[in-house]
Amino acid sequence: MPTQTTKSVYWQGVRDGAPFILVIVPFSLLFGVVATEAGLNVLETMSFSVLVIAGAAQFTALQLLTDGAPTLIALVSALAVNLRMAMYSASLTPWIGEATLGQRAIAAYFTVDQSYACAIVAFEQNPGWSIRQRLAYFFGVVTPICPLWYLFTLIGALVGTSIPQGLALDFALPITFLAMIGPMLRTPAHVLAALVSVVTALVFAFLPYNLGLLVAGVAGMMTGAQAELWLESRKAARQ
Amino acid sequence: MNIETADLWFVIIALGLGSFGLRFVFTGLVGNRPLPPWLLRHLRYTAVAVLPGLVAPLVVWPAATGGSLDAPRMAAALVTLAVGYFLRNVIVAIVLGALTLYGGLALFG
Repeated sequence: MPTQTTKSVYWQGVRDGAPFILVIVPFSLLFGVVATEAGLNVLETMSFSVLVIAGAAQFTALQLLTDGAPTLIALVSALAVNLRMAMYSASLTPWIGEATLGQRAIAAYFTVDQSYACAIVAFEQNPGWSIRQRLAYFFGVVTPICPLWYLFTLIGALVGTSIPQGLALDFALPITFLAMIGPMLRTPAHVLAALVSVVTALVFAFLPYNLGLLVAGVAGMMTGAQAELWLESRKAARQ
Repeated sequence: MNIETADLWFVIIALGLGSFGLRFVFTGLVGNRPLPPWLLRHLRYTAVAVLPGLVAPLVVWPAATGGSLDAPRMAAALVTLAVGYFLRNVIVAIVLGALTLYGGLALFG
């Protein structure tokens, strides 16, 4: 491959990130609307999207607070949803670990599902990229995504109050989550983890403070990890 | 139900700091040291272990119907999950799920 300039690598990132606009725009719009319906003002809604910048965790915290769950339970559950960010961080480390601390801090803030997914593929395909080129690509992917995340949260928050009742918006959130869960079920281990999570959450729904969700989360994670080990050992035995 | 302002800001700020911490913990602090495989194996399943458990009670006992099973909402949930799973497209799944919900509410609601 001919040597690429840092600038062309940046634009490659922008192009790879652009298709995600179709996901980001409706999702952040919905968060703005649902948050406003839950009684949050524009500043509170925007603070969520700017500080947390992770849709699933934002929706989780919002749902549990609306349910009247204790703040600590809402916080721990939303952080659990975001634990995958630690995995992204671990997996990006060999590629951008040489960058300065400030650059790594900014990259960490912008580590979202989409920037991680694009970057890890591009880094593996282009092992010759310098650290500057890797960062340029990463911030290229972020460019069409994160500003629109903020903007459409704001638009959602502004139009939220004008959405008529009777639109059954109570179910907007479950539908959004279910739509996200579908594509996550990539392997039998993921399916098993999800099934155990559902059953455990329903069985332990009687627990106070939404603790049933935390039990379900731990049970689901352990199920997924064990299922993965078991499936791998079966595969190895057959070879 | 109204959310207490102080509680809300606590969650927003703590969740913001915590999420940054999770994103920074390895790139920023651990550097190039390898992680134990058992930890990575559990981290792979966090989202898929938490989100279904969060949604299940909302689908089975919807607050809008006072907690009783509701045919339009159940149908919408199943359609959304199936479309998301088979087409791997979040937006199409949301749209078809919402159409199922409104169709169901118009028919039975």
